[in-house]
Amino acid sequence: METVKINDLACNDLPWKVIYDTERCTLCGSCVSACTFGAISPKVERRRKSFSDTETPEPKIKFSATPVIAQQNVLKNFCRGCGVCERVCPNKAIRSERNPDSRFHVVYQASTGSGPKRGGRNNLDPHYRTLDTLRVGRISQMTDPSLDAQRHTFDCLAPLGRILPAAKLPFTVGQDGKLVKNGHTPPVRWIYPVIIGDMSIGALSWRMWEAVAMAVAYLNEECGLPVRMCSGEGGMPIRLLKSRYLKYMILQIASGHFGWNRIIKTMPDMIEDPAGVLIKIGQGAKPGDGGLLMAAKVAPHIQAIRGVPKTDLLSPPNHQGLYSIEESVQKMFLSFNAAFKFRVPVAIKVAASATSVSVFNNLVRDPYNIVGGFFLDGIDGGTGAAHDISLDHTGHPVVSKLRDCYQAAVAQGRQGQIPLWAAGGLGKTGNLAADAFKMFCLGANGVFTGKLILQLAGCLGNDHGRCNACNTGLCPAGITTQEPLLVRRLNPDRVAENIVNYFLGMDQELRKLMAPIGNSSLPVGRSDCLVATEKSVADRLQVQYVC
Amino acid sequence: MCRIGAIKSLNYLHPSKALHLMQSQQKGHDNSGFAMVMQDLGGIFAEYKDLPTLSLACTDEGLKIAETLLQDKGFKQVYQWIPETNRKPGMDIQAMPNYVFRTFDYPSQFAGATKEEKEDLLTDTRLQLRATMEKDATGFVYSFWPDVITLKEIGDPRDIGAFFNLLEPDDSFTAKLITAQCRQNTNYAIVRYAAHPFFLQGYTALANGENTFYQKNKDFQSTLHRGYVGFESDSQCFLYTLHYMHRQLRWPLSYYKHIITPLPFDEAVKREDAEQLFAIRQSLAHLEINGPNTIIGALPDNTLFVVCDAKKLRPIVVGHTADTVVFSSEVCGINEILPERDWETDIYPNEREIVVIDKNLEVQRWKQ
Repeated sequence: METVKINDLACNDLPWKVIYDTERCTLCGSCVSACTFGAISPKVERRRKSFSDTETPEPKIKFSATPVIAQQNVLKNFCRGCGVCERVCPNKAIRSERNPDSRFHVVYQASTGSGPKRGGRNNLDPHYRTLDTLRVGRISQMTDPSLDAQRHTFDCLAPLGRILPAAKLPFTVGQDGKLVKNGHTPPVRWIYPVIIGDMSIGALSWRMWEAVAMAVAYLNEECGLPVRMCSGEGGMPIRLLKSRYLKYMILQIASGHFGWNRIIKTMPDMIEDPAGVLIKIGQGAKPGDGGLLMAAKVAPHIQAIRGVPKTDLLSPPNHQGLYSIEESVQKMFLSFNAAFKFRVPVAIKVAASATSVSVFNNLVRDPYNIVGGFFLDGIDGGTGAAHDISLDHTGHPVVSKLRDCYQAAVAQGRQGQIPLWAAGGLGKTGNLAADAFKMFCLGANGVFTGKLILQLAGCLGNDHGRCNACNTGLCPAGITTQEPLLVRRLNPDRVAENIVNYFLGMDQELRKLMAPIGNSSLPVGRSDCLVATEKSVADRLQVQYVC
Repeated sequence: MCRIGAIKSLNYLHPSKALHLMQSQQKGHDNSGFAMVMQDLGGIFAEYKDLPTLSLACTDEGLKIAETLLQDKGFKQVYQWIPETNRKPGMDIQAMPNYVFRTFDYPSQFAGATKEEKEDLLTDTRLQLRATMEKDATGFVYSFWPDVITLKEIGDPRDIGAFFNLLEPDDSFTAKLITAQCRQNTNYAIVRYAAHPFFLQGYTALANGENTFYQKNKDFQSTLHRGYVGFESDSQCFLYTLHYMHRQLRWPLSYYKHIITPLPFDEAVKREDAEQLFAIRQSLAHLEINGPNTIIGALPDNTLFVVCDAKKLRPIVVGHTADTVVFSSEVCGINEILPERDWETDIYPNEREIVVIDKNLEVQRWKQ
């Protein structure tokens, strides 16, 4: 008899249970070698078997030492439910199963003295999404014929850059009756209304980052879609900085300033301006926290790009030295505008917050016209790494906050002056076109997305707590790891192809939404074409309630 | 569908022409009203071209309010035309008790005022009248401007014509530019203010079709100018955009088309003036229209123009003779007014042009 040791960790304390069938297993070892978390290992079990080898039953007992695959009872190696073992098993002998009786949070904190961390997902209740209560309900009928999504031309572009009110444009009327420009206007780029959101080299494997960059270049050069991607905090390869493809990249600077030493040193050699500069103040998935790159992922190339040793890289929660919005505008925005000689739009990314409108108001009223985009990142987005408590208990949904910011702009007659870009769980159901379109109608000029791109690459995680191990550097898909063996699991060409195909499909789907409302350009702020099936949502967003 | 029309002539015309223009297209509208703006007035108003004329439909109480307000401000009435109304049983008309067309001299303190100051006074006075009378629906003030008369009524256009004695031409009540429309708003409630044409500070606009960017236009315009009020019809946005670009921004009329129906990006980028076109599109993105519309407009100097939406989903025809130009949704309207014209010279404006009639009646086609 074994003694009950109640305070020892047991497999049924963990969030996932490994279900294993000895009868089917051939002990090929694929699952063990494929499991990046070390959650399973071979062991030998003592098995008791009764049998009879005579014509009349004469039961005998035989004990044997049977090799099996067993789940590890170790916190460090707990099963993430990624399902790689099941994928590689030729005999369907092993799989993981969600443990509804998990005591993980309790035992983790009780054992380690710290809260769990994870990457990837918010794991909010995925069954209720505000955007799913909205429909494009104003369908053009007799008074305003619908367009033909296949044959009409559509202008699906969005601005990035500070836009002056018409009365402040430096225009005079020339002798030929044409408007003549006699002065500087802030740079504005018209780009595809979906930006691939800021995922750094570091958070992503080099193959994954390269795949995204390849997809972006292909979309621009071969498909005519001016899609831009944001570097994330952590710089980028010098070869890319010096290449003509830099024009498709938005350079991010965040509170750690990682990678900027290289960027600044490369500036004299740049042959193109970047698409923009994005100053990250906060992130929707872990608002109030800075970036977090665990030492496990700080591989030699990351150390080189960022100029750091192999250590946990924690960006501070705020930009040191910036204590007010006015100050940030004057110091940081002005210096970045000046750095690129006022040719590159400089935008800000903030986590959606109860105070977002105040921040937006401050920026939109700045007299220098140097803030060229307000990127609002809501809860429900992804992250490379965060504390569970941040992911689970902090943050603000993006939909109502985006709407608040737009309406604040409307109230001041300043809509469009700082383009609004929104993110945070968009495309969660797989259909980004629908989510993006609804956000446009509520006032967003564009949206940005990150998590969906990982899905396209083959991410095994989901919003039900599956995998979510981006922080560990052990990504079983080779997406968020720097382990050479794991990275090779990812085929960058296939990933790029998936992203390109998805964008082409999304472009078609956007047209399929614009056509029935009769619009050939993006219906930014056209809340009248949305209806809400939830009264509370309708009231909050000021759209028509229908039932 | 709405039918809209306009007549501009070197000679003074009686509004019966406008009624006939619209009557011939009556199968295409629902006979729910008639509204017109007469500019460059002749006949009885010819002597008062520099003085503002008030166009008002009101109750007796509304009339008192208006008289008191104008008197308090110091306006001095110099002329009054009371239409001879002719009510018969069975007429389809929801007439107001009083129709006021009165010409005033400016308050004495404005004797040395600039044109702009006087125009501001007129606009503010009209807005004040409107706000005061709106409370109990005691009156509707359509225009208060020199050389302009506006009439709007709910009912069958033929009955409205008969009621106001406008079916038979005479020389006393005439204008060189008349814009007209024959249908009440269907998108929103029937309100007298919602009937086209709309007028603001010398600018007139009327349109057919639905403004699908109404919400965006309205949200943007509401804070641009104190005169951008009402929005009872989604087509008022077209007037306010015209007023904003031409009067407030002082941009040439040719840019109206660039604002409301910007060139697609891939075309704009090839243009020499791409920088200006992008700047306009960016800054005035919320004034774009994206539905099926034909817009007829008039400028303070009585230049008349017509412009279509970029997908050309609403029709308009321009017919002309040496002394008259007619815009009409249907060619039968022009046939009615200008039966002798050379119809081969009729213009069917395309989705990328503005057809402009200047003060000498020269017909110009501007490509966007």
